[in-house]
Amino acid sequence: MSGSVSNLARRIIPCLDVRDGQVVKGVQFRNHRVMGGIIELATRYSAEGADELVFYDITASPQGRSVDSDWVSSVAEVIDIPFCVAGGIRSVEDARKVLQRGADKISINTPAVQRPELINELVEAFGSQCVVVGVDSVLQEGHWVTRQMTGIPERMQQTGHRTMDWLAEVAQRGAGEIVLNCMGSDGTRQGFDIGQLKVARELVSIPLIASGGAGSAGHFIEVFKRADVDGALAATVFHNNKVPIPALKQMLSAAGIGVRL
Amino acid sequence: MTLAIIDSGGANISSVEHALRRLGANPVFTADAEIIRAAERVILPGVGAAGAAMARLTELGLLQCIRDLKQPVLGICLGMQLLFEKSEEDNVDCLGIIPGTLKKMQPAPGLRVPHMGWNTTSVVNPDPLILGLPDSPWFYFVHSYCAPIGASTVATCDHGASFAAIVRQGNFYGAQFHPERSAKSGARLLANFLEIQ
Repeated sequence: MSGSVSNLARRIIPCLDVRDGQVVKGVQFRNHRVMGGIIELATRYSAEGADELVFYDITASPQGRSVDSDWVSSVAEVIDIPFCVAGGIRSVEDARKVLQRGADKISINTPAVQRPELINELVEAFGSQCVVVGVDSVLQEGHWVTRQMTGIPERMQQTGHRTMDWLAEVAQRGAGEIVLNCMGSDGTRQGFDIGQLKVARELVSIPLIASGGAGSAGHFIEVFKRADVDGALAATVFHNNKVPIPALKQMLSAAGIGVRL
Repeated sequence: MTLAIIDSGGANISSVEHALRRLGANPVFTADAEIIRAAERVILPGVGAAGAAMARLTELGLLQCIRDLKQPVLGICLGMQLLFEKSEEDNVDCLGIIPGTLKKMQPAPGLRVPHMGWNTTSVVNPDPLILGLPDSPWFYFVHSYCAPIGASTVATCDHGASFAAIVRQGNFYGAQFHPERSAKSGARLLANFLEIQ
């Protein structure tokens, strides 16, 4: 973003990975631990200046069900920032229910891999701005490839897609935003996967959100400066307050990155 | 205070409702012209495309009802756009309350459309609607078409070109962004709208 023609802020996005009514977090999508209560964390992030909140019901797709809509309402009631909901949304009707409960956007991952036309259908029904596609990507034999049903380790599968081919298709089908979950760095707190994100950034012109690997404020500065992403998503470092959002935003601003203060 | 939210057919209306409830208001969600006319405040929300929204308001027989309202009316996002004369989106005639035509925003290198995210606004005409807000408040935008700057413009925003972010024409107010998802600045704007005399 040039900055002179738009002050559009880079977004800081905490993600609530939810299982059985609790916020949990794993390392490289395994060994999940309970990190806190849903409402408690949602309220805190809204008050601390998070730019958006993602609620991800991680076991919905592997268990063949849609996201728990009572939780969607409860969160929507207490936050005053944009709210994106993910988990087992397989149809326009599933999406409508979640939007009616107070979500502003819906994010799809496994169901889009299984039936890519779903992206077009959701865009037609609700507009591009409403449709986010999450992509779980891992390096394998020199290529980035995607995985599905990543919420339960035993059910995780390869999709047969090369990540960059899939990103191009997702954008071409009209998605309004992509969250690229770099599984190799997820939960490692060693930094975002700059190499992969840079390739993705070159490829797609829709908003791109980096996910996986945040361990320090410096990692956020690095991903915005080097991979030119529109937002950065993280979970653990926000949940355990290792990177408090107000301090992070001050550091980003001091580093010349346009954020909402 | 009685507050009507017009059921203009968008799917994600409940965030507007939640925001108003957090301010202590008790909105009714309705497409009934009698209830809308009798309300002390009216909100015209809108998510989706201009053509579909105008078709829905026409089908509900609400076009003249809305144009004739005398109480404070707030259009949000597409709801603000519908207050203008025309939109390039679906090339549709809108309510015609505020002069001007909505234009498609143009992408450019590093400038993505839809304009989606938090951006700053600049006040050009102080108004009770923005009382108590900082000089360049941040708001959350999600849109691909934008309103021209004119006599009704209260605040502008830049994304490639400048456009009207907040408008006011008599008792009709409009916000291109989503105040219901714009944290404290948005809550303040909505509270001001409820308190306007």
